[in-house]
Amino acid sequence: MKVNEILQITTLKSQLPKIKLSILAAIIINLTACSSLGVEPWERDLLAKKEMALTSSPIDAALDDHIYFSKEASSGGKSFGGGGCGCN
Amino acid sequence: MNNINSQAKKLKKINLKAALSLASSALLGTSVANSSEVQGKAVDEWQFDSAFLLYSEVDRVSAGEVIIAGTKGFNNDEVLTLKLTIDALTGASANGAVAQPNAQTFTRPSGNGQYVTPAGDTPLDDTFHDTRVQLNSQWTQPLTDNVTGSVGGHLSKEYDYLSLGVNGNLAYDFNRKNSTVSMGLSYFYDKFTPEGGIPKALSSMLVGDSSSPDWDSDFANTRVGDSDNKTTTDMLVGFTQVINRRMITAFNYSYSMVDGYLTDPFKIVSVLNSDGIAQDYIYESRPDKRVKQSTFMQAKYHFDNNLLNTVADVTYRYMWDDWGISSHTVDTRFTIPVKSTSYFEPHVRFYQQSAADFYQPYMDDGQARPRFVSADYRIGEMTAVTVGAKYGMLHNGENELSFRLEYYRQMPTNGGFSEPSALNSQDVYPVVEAIIAQVTYSF
Repeated sequence: MKVNEILQITTLKSQLPKIKLSILAAIIINLTACSSLGVEPWERDLLAKKEMALTSSPIDAALDDHIYFSKEASSGGKSFGGGGCGCN
Repeated sequence: MNNINSQAKKLKKINLKAALSLASSALLGTSVANSSEVQGKAVDEWQFDSAFLLYSEVDRVSAGEVIIAGTKGFNNDEVLTLKLTIDALTGASANGAVAQPNAQTFTRPSGNGQYVTPAGDTPLDDTFHDTRVQLNSQWTQPLTDNVTGSVGGHLSKEYDYLSLGVNGNLAYDFNRKNSTVSMGLSYFYDKFTPEGGIPKALSSMLVGDSSSPDWDSDFANTRVGDSDNKTTTDMLVGFTQVINRRMITAFNYSYSMVDGYLTDPFKIVSVLNSDGIAQDYIYESRPDKRVKQSTFMQAKYHFDNNLLNTVADVTYRYMWDDWGISSHTVDTRFTIPVKSTSYFEPHVRFYQQSAADFYQPYMDDGQARPRFVSADYRIGEMTAVTVGAKYGMLHNGENELSFRLEYYRQMPTNGGFSEPSALNSQDVYPVVEAIIAQVTYSF
């Protein structure tokens, strides 16, 4: 093996931790991108509206859950599927 | 100065309520009333939601349901919700047997008397009358700055059914409360005491002269007991993420284990000869365990003025279980403000399920008796659609009155079963149509 090749491999080896570090950094940056999602407390004007709540009408949701629980083979998902009635 | 202080205090409380709302909404969805509504009220005031719902199927079941739910906020941001539900059910329900070119006679589940289904009609048992009373309570409170806890109880009693349940949830907020991870557990114990007792699975329905002296003892031979029970354990993990000022998303995974009596004691299966004529009716039989899993996704988006400040709510659920059933559900609502005090909300729901492995619309009399069989269309292949709308208006500034009207259509389909000649002119997979009408008043 020529000296140049040996030098190249040595350099590559010494760079490996750096490559690993940059991959790790990229992952961390991507993950923290998640933390750039969202709003500041003073930007919650629209999110605080009733119609933006994930369950904006709990009463409708409870009634619908009861209907579909008794008429279909699936239940829950959004909240607990539960038992609760011998509905036919 | 005092005034400013009290205003600042109030504002802080409202912000905390908003945070609590976000944290609890991921999991506690239907169990906790919307705390953004609580925000508008003084902390120690009760806020009530009441509703009357009428569910009416064409020629089948009709149900009326009344709900009154009270929510009260306390000084340290605790929220108590109490809910009373009363419903009454009457009408006819498919007994599982298939339509025939001739009239069919069936014995009522109680063993007292019989009923006749005319030729060409889907057999319906018209003895369903039941009243149910249900109580729910839920207590939610912050445990630390970023952790919210909630516990709840459930009690439901019908003439022939008792259900008891408890649940507990924890939610952790991070990323300036823009992200929430939550997990919950619930446990239900249900006891079923059906009229006429629990039928012996796969035994033949006794049909004949119910006034004969041997009738009672013959009927008792088709029974294995007065009651049976089941337990349901649900686990749910959720993640909620605020995307930006206009958008919020939620993701849930749930795992549910049901153990015990999962058979429907009122359902039977027709046993047909090679021409398709019923020779016998046997009581259905289902496994005594079921494991269900589901993933659920939701996105809500607040459009701007160009789209009338409409709020779009889109959800998707994929459910699968170890009975071989899988289903897709897409549910969408658009809340469109009309002037400043009312809104119009169109709703479309699409549902599709595959059949349980042991589902059969009927059996062949030459076929060996399987261990499990059910002809209940609700675990067969089916597509269902709901279309409707809601109109809501603010009354006296803060009380809301709303009306909802929807059409629900279930379309069972043939999952690959061959039809003997006698069934060619019969409706083996009848469509079920229902109207859902609801009035809600929040005050």
